Amino acid sequence: MKAWLPALLRLAVLLLLVVFITSPSWFEPLLKPLTENGAPAIYNQGSLLTLTLQHLRTVLVATVAATIVAVALAILVTRPAGVEFLPLSRSLVNIGQTFPPVAVLALAVPAVGFGEKPTLIALFLYGLLPIFENALTALTTLPGNVMEAARGAGMTGWQRLMKVELPLSAPVILGGIRLSVVISLATATIGSTVAAKTLGEVIIAGLISNNPAFVLQGGLIVAALAVLIYDGLSAIERFAARRMGQGAE
Amino acid sequence: MIEIEGITKRYDDTTVVDDVSMVIEPRTIAVIVGTSGSGKTTLLRMINRLVEPTSGVIKLDGADNRSVPAYQLRRSIGYAIQGHGLFPHRTVAQNIATVPLLLGWGRDRIKARVDELMTLYQLDPQAYGPRYPHELSGGQQQRVGVARALAAEPNVLLMDEPFGALDPIIRTKAQEDLLAIQKRFGTTIILVTHDMEEAVHLGDKIAVMDAGKLVQYAKPAEILARPASGFVETLVGASERPFRLLSLGPVRDAVEPGGAEGDAIPGGATQRDALAELLWSGRPALPVKDADGKLLGRVTVEGLVKRAARPQ
Repeated sequence: MKAWLPALLRLAVLLLLVVFITSPSWFEPLLKPLTENGAPAIYNQGSLLTLTLQHLRTVLVATVAATIVAVALAILVTRPAGVEFLPLSRSLVNIGQTFPPVAVLALAVPAVGFGEKPTLIALFLYGLLPIFENALTALTTLPGNVMEAARGAGMTGWQRLMKVELPLSAPVILGGIRLSVVISLATATIGSTVAAKTLGEVIIAGLISNNPAFVLQGGLIVAALAVLIYDGLSAIERFAARRMGQGAE
Repeated sequence: MIEIEGITKRYDDTTVVDDVSMVIEPRTIAVIVGTSGSGKTTLLRMINRLVEPTSGVIKLDGADNRSVPAYQLRRSIGYAIQGHGLFPHRTVAQNIATVPLLLGWGRDRIKARVDELMTLYQLDPQAYGPRYPHELSGGQQQRVGVARALAAEPNVLLMDEPFGALDPIIRTKAQEDLLAIQKRFGTTIILVTHDMEEAVHLGDKIAVMDAGKLVQYAKPAEILARPASGFVETLVGASERPFRLLSLGPVRDAVEPGGAEGDAIPGGATQRDALAELLWSGRPALPVKDADGKLLGRVTVEGLVKRAARPQ
């Protein structure tokens, strides 16, 4: 009975989210009390569904790029030939993290113009660190006797990487991707200040017209997306870890 | 045949293996014994080039082990380590198939070989093949580890304290399995251990190492009877010596004519087992039977005690 409850709750959130995005007008009575002077309660300057999909696409593209670069970098600096680049790559990625996304946007706009591009750059830089750190941890803490066995069996360096190191690191790397995705989901809203099509538009529209209903619905959709995606990725991680007998949690 | 000629390994100023030469005859088991830090594992790992020697040559069947790339060499040499080192993300069958896959064997050949080895190690291929290593007991994991090392039918098998993590009962079973499989495949085995009991039990020859040097390399009886140094003597254990000596020979070699009362002991049991049985049951003599139940004669306490004395 208790074991179901979380699953049921997630399903309810998912359904609610889908219904809200596709038919927001159904919720008008709920949000109406938040508005003043007969302002619209439901975002009316575009489709919420389209914005949500564009928001997700932006996050997906940025995360995929960040994953490829971060994992490649982690692999590079854990090979014997790349060890000396370890401190350098660490500080590079750390800079990506300490730089505020807003500042990245401000700097990127003159270079690449308004729209999705500066947002992608900011999200990409922001997403690097968690993935890189996790990939590095995973690749440097592989069980010694398993690596010894892989070498002893006659695997080449490439075969060890593809057949042993990466599969064994997968759960921890996934954890980094999960963190990165959740940060990006929230940060992407800021992208709308430079005209990227994201759910931030709804929030910003609410702020400009002093309409809390807009702010609330934009915020809630992003929050629900974050919770659901976080949960989904956690489940994949647990599955991967359990298969290896690591039993996460 | 494995010929180790003047092998030395130095890390900076420390010499880990110091000018070791020895020859391991084909189809025999050589056990390298020593305390931790004696260089025994390093010596073993230089055979399949997990460690490259500073100087010296190792020849396998006459060919320098540096004549092929290291990874190719390792595919032709079985390697089993303490704590098995199974790939946790691969099933038992996939683990055993590791080296055959690297060598590019066909599917049917791999499957046949995996099934053969699993059956040999009393693991039902249907039931255990699709399982993951963490779903097995420690003893089963260890067997899979050895099966994986033997999968590509290597002539040489290197084992680094393969039974170190097992409890005594499973370890005895694992040692018997190893002897049976060595007989069946005729594999040349080099095994590293710190357990002299294991060395005497398994080894056709024992190499004793101390501080990087090969102190003595001889048959077990020779090591027991004439230890080359005080170190070897300590390692053998003075109070265990006579019993270890008895454990080397089967009862049938100690049979005297005549009969005796009570339960018989099989001729294949060790003389140490016979002595233990005599002492424990308080009898002066035991009847000895061969495998078909035919009476061979008897063993006596007196006869065994004579055999336990230092060989002249």
